[in-house]
Amino acid sequence: MALDVAVKKDLGSFKLDVAFRLEGDGVLALLGPSGCGKSLTLGCIAGTVRPDEGRIVLDGRVLFDSDAKINLPPQERHVGYLFQNYALFPTMSVLQNVMCAVPTPGLRGPAARARRREAAKAQLAAMELDGLEDRRPSELSGGQQQRVALARMLASRPALVLLDEPFSALDGHLRWTLEMALADTLKSFPGGAVYVSHDRDEVYRLCDQVCAIDHGLSDAAVPTGRFFEEPGTRAAAVISGCKNISAARAAGPHRVACEDWGVTLECEEKADGSTAYVGLRAHYFTVAGHKNPIPCTVDRVIDSTFSTIVMLSTKGGGKIRYELDKDRWAALGDPHSLTLYIAPEHVMPLTDDRRPRLTEAVANDR
Amino acid sequence: MDLFPLLNSLRIAAIATAVVFFLGIGLADVVARAPRWLKGVLDVVLTLPLVLPPTVVGYLLLLVLGPRRPLGEWMLDTFDLRLVMTWYSAVFATVVVSFPLMYRTARGAFEGFDERLAQAGRTLGKSNAWVFWRVKLPACASGIVAGAVLAFARALGEYGATSMAAGYIPNQTATISTTVYQLWRTGDDVGALQWVLVNLAISAVVLMAMNLFERRARFRKAA
Repeated sequence: MALDVAVKKDLGSFKLDVAFRLEGDGVLALLGPSGCGKSLTLGCIAGTVRPDEGRIVLDGRVLFDSDAKINLPPQERHVGYLFQNYALFPTMSVLQNVMCAVPTPGLRGPAARARRREAAKAQLAAMELDGLEDRRPSELSGGQQQRVALARMLASRPALVLLDEPFSALDGHLRWTLEMALADTLKSFPGGAVYVSHDRDEVYRLCDQVCAIDHGLSDAAVPTGRFFEEPGTRAAAVISGCKNISAARAAGPHRVACEDWGVTLECEEKADGSTAYVGLRAHYFTVAGHKNPIPCTVDRVIDSTFSTIVMLSTKGGGKIRYELDKDRWAALGDPHSLTLYIAPEHVMPLTDDRRPRLTEAVANDR
Repeated sequence: MDLFPLLNSLRIAAIATAVVFFLGIGLADVVARAPRWLKGVLDVVLTLPLVLPPTVVGYLLLLVLGPRRPLGEWMLDTFDLRLVMTWYSAVFATVVVSFPLMYRTARGAFEGFDERLAQAGRTLGKSNAWVFWRVKLPACASGIVAGAVLAFARALGEYGATSMAAGYIPNQTATISTTVYQLWRTGDDVGALQWVLVNLAISAVVLMAMNLFERRARFRKAA
């Protein structure tokens, strides 16, 4: 499976400009805040939204090409779409919902119907939904609706599936079981998947690659682990959950001068002329060490659910957020000043401009 | 009591409702998907009969269908078919007058329709026609039935345009409403009252049926 997407769409106040590639049968996350253009991107791939220009190619099939004037209707794309609200047909039973999605090439009348029924029942059974066949969607729990919508989508034998925030309509305590079930479903699905979410933990657990989207602009897709270790750009760092970001410049090949914090830090990743920011994760500080000391004074201590969040001021005036286990904070004895340390491999030099990476990605694709 | 006006009224209203049902749904769907400027124009034109006096509608119909008017003359010459002063002339009149009720309720129902359901159908490989008849229409059923019932009730009560296009000819074009007027005009108060009561009974039954249906639709949605 290979998916190439490079599309633009101008909606007046909002401009979408995304480019990414997915190879193999993995799961690609489109990660970004609400309203950043993730769902619009899915619409472009599924064919429910028409981009202004660009190209979408799935396994060598051109789904959309503005230059060649190709725009396949959704029916011919073979792209499954799991909607945020699941979009089950409200006037049909669960079985009918799944049956109608089963393709029956070359069959007509009762033979087609029998084939549909058989395939739908098998799909429902495979997803442990047997027994719900005669229910209406409104009689199902949110989790069951999601599973039925997945069953219906898979019954249509798609080459690629798109999942739009599958857990946003569900209560927290339901999510975990369903997330594990979804992980199993995706693993057994013989094709690629694009997973839209704003929840980085979900993305970290479920996805193989991450493509950050912010204000309609995408970064190139990178493996999930690398995305969280080296977000690369400031926007990607924010999206990946990095709480401490300072303006910075390279002070050597492996040194960054952090302007907001008034310190120069050693970093394992290479810093260069494009380095404009540096990011430090709130969990990676230590209070004892020998590299990268950051002298701070404690501003506020916030008691959170399972951790303590300490807000500190640095010599440079910039703030730092430090999160640690409650008992570890208690052992420190409520100090007024504190020197934090951070290992060089956790110092993330960041570039400001997202464009170079994007244009590079597009150039590589063509 | 001569039952012709009752049967004629029911026949006219039933045919008009059937015509308006498909016309209203079709045009509501076209307007819902039309570009914005065309939407405004179409909406005004299609809703106009709702606010025009029925006599104006009747006059305009006579302008088109009259025996010495282009369409009326052509139909008379070619098919030997008179378009005015016949029982089916009232069908033309009631179609025009009751159309906006069907059209507007259907459009309202379509606007409340979650477009994602249609998109889901298309990504599953279903044709646009399948999505319309099997997903969109059933999902909008209660609004569409309400529109059809309203159109039927309005068609049954149509007087102004009908009396101009079909006139009052006993046993030929007489409807309940034109009969009531005719009987009252000729001083037959008892006869007029009889037909008034018939009309009241039919209208009450129709509206009750509509309420019942709406309640059931709401119940089904809530369940």
